[in-house]
Amino acid sequence: MPSLKDLKNRIGSVKSTRKITKAMQMVAAAKLRRAQDAAEAARPYAEKMADVVNGLAASVAGSDTAPKLLAGTGSDQTHLLVVMTAERGLCGGFNSSIVKIARYRAEKLVSEGKTVKILTVGKKGREQLKRDLGAHLVGHIDLSEVKRVGYENASDISKKIFEMFDAGEFDVATIFFNRFESVISQVPTPRQIIPAEVPEEAGAEMLYEYEPSEEAILADLLPRSVTTQIFTALLENAASEQGARMSAMDNATRNAGDMIDRLTIQYNRSRQAAITKELIEIISGAEAL
Amino acid sequence: MADTMQFDLVSPERKLASGAVRAVQIPGAEGDLTAMPEHAPMITTLRPGILITEGEGGESRYVVTGGFAEITPAGTTVLAERAFAAGPEGRAVLEALLTETREKAASLSGPDKDVLDKAAGDLERTIAALA
Repeated sequence: MPSLKDLKNRIGSVKSTRKITKAMQMVAAAKLRRAQDAAEAARPYAEKMADVVNGLAASVAGSDTAPKLLAGTGSDQTHLLVVMTAERGLCGGFNSSIVKIARYRAEKLVSEGKTVKILTVGKKGREQLKRDLGAHLVGHIDLSEVKRVGYENASDISKKIFEMFDAGEFDVATIFFNRFESVISQVPTPRQIIPAEVPEEAGAEMLYEYEPSEEAILADLLPRSVTTQIFTALLENAASEQGARMSAMDNATRNAGDMIDRLTIQYNRSRQAAITKELIEIISGAEAL
Repeated sequence: MADTMQFDLVSPERKLASGAVRAVQIPGAEGDLTAMPEHAPMITTLRPGILITEGEGGESRYVVTGGFAEITPAGTTVLAERAFAAGPEGRAVLEALLTETREKAASLSGPDKDVLDKAAGDLERTIAALA
């Protein structure tokens, strides 16, 4: 049975924990708003880009001169997995869920006899993957200094990926990120970025005139489109991270509240028991006289 | 025939401008072009330069770096990698780009150098026009 003083201390410490988690929840809520706005603002560009690239790709696909970023290298032996996680923890299952699907994919590819290379973005994913897939890690991109992800961050990542691609270090690249669905639901999503995936149904396309040629434009646009997809993923990830943190911290705050209630009841009962005990001692002492 | 069309200027991070315009002058990769309502559908890449729109409220100027423009009879959408309202910020970006182009040109020779030299000269003129 803990003493009254112990209980009082514990209640105090749980109360300060609750204050911290409450504060983190509110900070996450504010950041979530900003992250959502950023994701919203980036959407028109990404959508238009996807439209145009898909339209172009559909018309160029199949021809011998199609750029490598679209047609692939002709093999799928080496896979690059770009695992995008957060720089910080305390956001529920956010990091683990991405790492889980990435690990599952990596193991599946390895068992099929493919070569797997992993590029990590964000510290947390690297820490978790280092343990059992450490041999596959080929690089890391540190975003811990970045307060707000910008297009330059996406360019840095894509630059690195293109360098590797041009050097023939991989054939297929897939990014793993959390798609933001709502505050309580973030969906870990893999998306293949190289070679570009072209939807089968291109729909009725307007006949465009291209200046310069279709292929020149496509060669110019494909890298941009990859960068845009990475940028979108970064933004979705940022929003998801804050959403996940917000609900994790909401839970933590509620749990701390429950714990405080429980401890307070225990504290009051012990206090009453102590008083009763003292009274009994006094009364029985007086009766004995 | 409609005398205005929808114009959108978007960069990856935000939508910079949106509204009805009478004409847009676009710095296309192969030369400047002006799009007006009912223009034939066309897609062109951009070179760094100045984009001018002519709307109800007068002329607006923007600095864009690479990207592309989609022109349809109903409107024009410009997707620029980086875009700014013409001003000191855009000017600084163009100047940085000019320095970079010159440095790259200095390290090359032959036809590649000529292309870059030409791009540098073009940037210089653009910056001068902005002042």
